[in-house]
This record gives sequence, structure tokens and C-alpha cells, in this order.
Amino acid sequence: MSSGNLRVQKISGHAGPVAGEGTQRQEQVCKLIDTTTCIGCKACEVACMEWNDLPFGETVFDNTYQTMPETRWNYWNLIKFNEHPREDGSMQWLMRKDQCMHCADPGCLAACPADNAIVQYQNGIVDFQQEYCIGCQYCVTGCPFNIPKFNPQTKKMFKCTLCTDRVSQGLEPACIKACPTGCLHFGTKDDMKELAGARAQQLREHSGYANAGVYDPVGVGGTSVIYVLHDITNPEAYGGLPSDPRVPWAVRIWKQPLKWLGNLAMIGGLIGVTMHYLRFGPKKVKDDE
Amino acid sequence: MNDPILRYTLVERVMHWIAAVAFCYVLATGLAFYSPHLYWIATLLGGAPTSRFWHPWLGVVFAATLFWMLKAWLGDMRITPADRKWGDSMQHYIRNEDENLPPIDRFNIGQKYFFWGMLWAGIVLLLSGAVLWFPELIPWSLRGLRFAAVLLHVSSALITIGLFIIHVYMGTAVVRGGFTSIIRGEVSPAWARTHHRLWFQRVTGK
Repeated sequence: MSSGNLRVQKISGHAGPVAGEGTQRQEQVCKLIDTTTCIGCKACEVACMEWNDLPFGETVFDNTYQTMPETRWNYWNLIKFNEHPREDGSMQWLMRKDQCMHCADPGCLAACPADNAIVQYQNGIVDFQQEYCIGCQYCVTGCPFNIPKFNPQTKKMFKCTLCTDRVSQGLEPACIKACPTGCLHFGTKDDMKELAGARAQQLREHSGYANAGVYDPVGVGGTSVIYVLHDITNPEAYGGLPSDPRVPWAVRIWKQPLKWLGNLAMIGGLIGVTMHYLRFGPKKVKDDE
Repeated sequence: MNDPILRYTLVERVMHWIAAVAFCYVLATGLAFYSPHLYWIATLLGGAPTSRFWHPWLGVVFAATLFWMLKAWLGDMRITPADRKWGDSMQHYIRNEDENLPPIDRFNIGQKYFFWGMLWAGIVLLLSGAVLWFPELIPWSLRGLRFAAVLLHVSSALITIGLFIIHVYMGTAVVRGGFTSIIRGEVSPAWARTHHRLWFQRVTGK
């Protein structure tokens, strides 16, 4: 059981302050990834596999330092490498730790038809419950970040859990613990936003990155994984980070107006034929000739 | 004189019931995935992962019988000018004022629209269903295909549900004798004269 479940908020028949009230400043947790201090060592990739006991699969060499083209069902944490040409012709090496962003408005959860297969905790973590997953992969259609991946053997979906097992015990995620440069931080969303904002300001004012900023996309209600980028105007350069991620409109139409219209039409159809029967009834066969 | 008339051959009946069973299965499991309030249907049918496994296979069976029906009934299902004339006075049919309707052949235009509606919706369901069956084969850059597939699959399924409600209602409650004819194949001469006079004249020579 998570210690969060035992946090006292109110006490009946109690005079005076509630013990422990206000010691928790904020419930929502957040991972901060400072791409400007990442050295691409992949310690986080190894820590993720070790802690989550993921079976090792073959890597794919594509002339970069990237382990494989995209995350896999058994590889939830991937450093994306990109050699980005600057305007002056020189090269900038961009490295971004790619994993589930734990959106406040999760498209995977909106698209999922299976009861209980995807849950969002109050602390912001979005987690898959494989025992309830039916393997339909609608979550892939709902996700703007291409994160959920299918295991063809078990027919279940997998992705980063934000180490919910560690976090619920008061520990930081495994990737955070392994990072040697301190480019990964973990804490409350407010604290991480403040830290990220200060770092971005430092980059703008002292390091010549005039466009440095914090990636916390509003299109999905903000995320529980935020980035500091050298150039917030071009997130696509960081291994295809979408500049304005949203839950796809097709998923919105499918799960809202189309569903209401369909329900109305089906119930209306059943009422319609019942009314027709009550009003007109069966046809009579004429036995005239 | 009053001998029953063969309306559906054994092969036609078998074809119809394979399609009916397959459709009812994909309808039930599809509704389970469509609405959280109907998810219990999947539990009744052996659990949601099982339903997810069999739904596409039974969908293929249904689509295959649709093409079998197309082959068997193409001649009977062509919409003729006489059908259109009958269709213009369809309000009489709905109000059970059949004496005001021109005589028709083996199928009326409503039955033909049902057939063509199911066929075309079935083709859309088959194509969009293939995308939903193997989404892991669709690359991220072509994810527009998945968006189109979910919308088309649900929309065309809803069309087939509307057609299905009318079909079952007409065939069992309104046109008495229709249901037994698709089970045992036979109708009475009076039934044939009343509902499909041209067909009656054609097959009996009267």
C-alpha cells in the first residue's frame, strides 16, 4: 500500500490542527530531464531494464549512438540522438531521454476500451495494468508520443510506469537514481517547473541559448515528465518530440459525439420498431384466390 | 394446389445462418468494446482478451458469407425501375396498406437496400478492421490510417446495427412466415401471392 493512502486530511470530533496537515505541499510528481546536461551515457536505459526486470533484446545499429529506432515493449527508456545542423554550419548534438510523458490528459486512457487496463493516479502517473489489457492497441492510436508498445507473445501493452512501485514507497524512479550528471531530477511538479524555469533562464542569460525553454505541453494538459531544451521553438529536432501534442481529434470524435449519436440511434431504432408494432402490427396474408 | 413453395434452398438457408451467427458474435463483442456499460458482454463470452481474439476472425467469416451471398443473389438483388416505383409508395408498406402497392418479384426494394447496405458496410468494416487487427504493422508516419479506421469501423458498424434491427423486426414480427421460410425454406402460396406476387407467378406459372 502506498503511504499516500494513509495521509490524514481530516479527523472527526477533533479540536485543533490535524497532525501532519500541510506537510505535503503537492501530490503530483514529476520527472525533469535537462537535455542540455545529458551526455548520452545510457545509464538510465540500463537502470530501467534492471529495475523493471525487462528481458534484453537485440539492439539496432543505425550509424548513431542510439540503441534502437524507438522504444519497445521491453525497452521503455531510450536516449534519442540527433546531429542537428546549426545556422552557422556547425553541428549540435542533441540527446533526449524518450519515455512515457505521463500526460495529465492521457490519450491512451481516452482510447482504451478495457475496464481498468489504464489508470491515472492522483500523483499524475499513468500506468498500464497488463492483467486487464485485451491487446487491442487502441492506446497506440490515442498516444501523441508513440509510446505504448505491443508484446506479440502475451498480447499485452507495455510502457514506462514512472517506477510507480518505487515512487509509492518514497523512492525516485530508477533512471533518476542512475543518472551520473544530474540532468535527471525528480520531485513535485511545482518544484520541477521552478527548477526547469531557473535552468532555462540561466541558459538564455549566460550560455547564449536565447530560445532555451521548458517543454510541458499544454495540449495534453501538461505532463509529469518535462524537458529543458536549448531551443524550445524546435522540439522536433530532439528525435521527433511533437511541438504541439494533443489527443488526436479522431479519438475525440470517436469516443464522444460518435458514441452519443450511436447510442441515440440504437435506442431510437429499438423504440421505433416497438412503436411501429404497437401502431401497425403484423401484415395480414390475404387468402383471396 | 395449396402445396408449400420453396423460397430459400438449403444452401441459401445455411449461408444466411452462418452470416447471422457470425454477425451476432461480432455485434455482441463489438458492443462490448464500444461502450464501458456493455463491457460485461465480453465477460459473458469468455473474457475480453478472448473476445478481442475471435472478433476479427468471425468478422472475416461474416465478410466471406457476404461475398457468397453476392454470388448467389446478385441476379435477385438488382434494383429495377419496378422496384423504384414500389419504393415511391413505400409509406403504404410501412402502414400495412399493401393493397395500394404494385406487385413485386422475389425481393422488395427494402430487402435489396438491406442487402446492398450490409455488403458495402461489410466491405468498409473488413478493410478498416484489417487495420485495427494488425495496428503494429502500421508505421507511426501512417497513423492517419488508424484514425480513419477507428472512425470508419464504428460508423459502418452503427449502420449495420440499424439495418439489422429493421431486418430482424420485419422478418419476425411484421412479415409472419418470413422467419420460418429462412429456417425450413417454404412459404404458403397465399403468403407468396400476398408479399411477392410476380415471384409467385414466375415460379408457379400461374
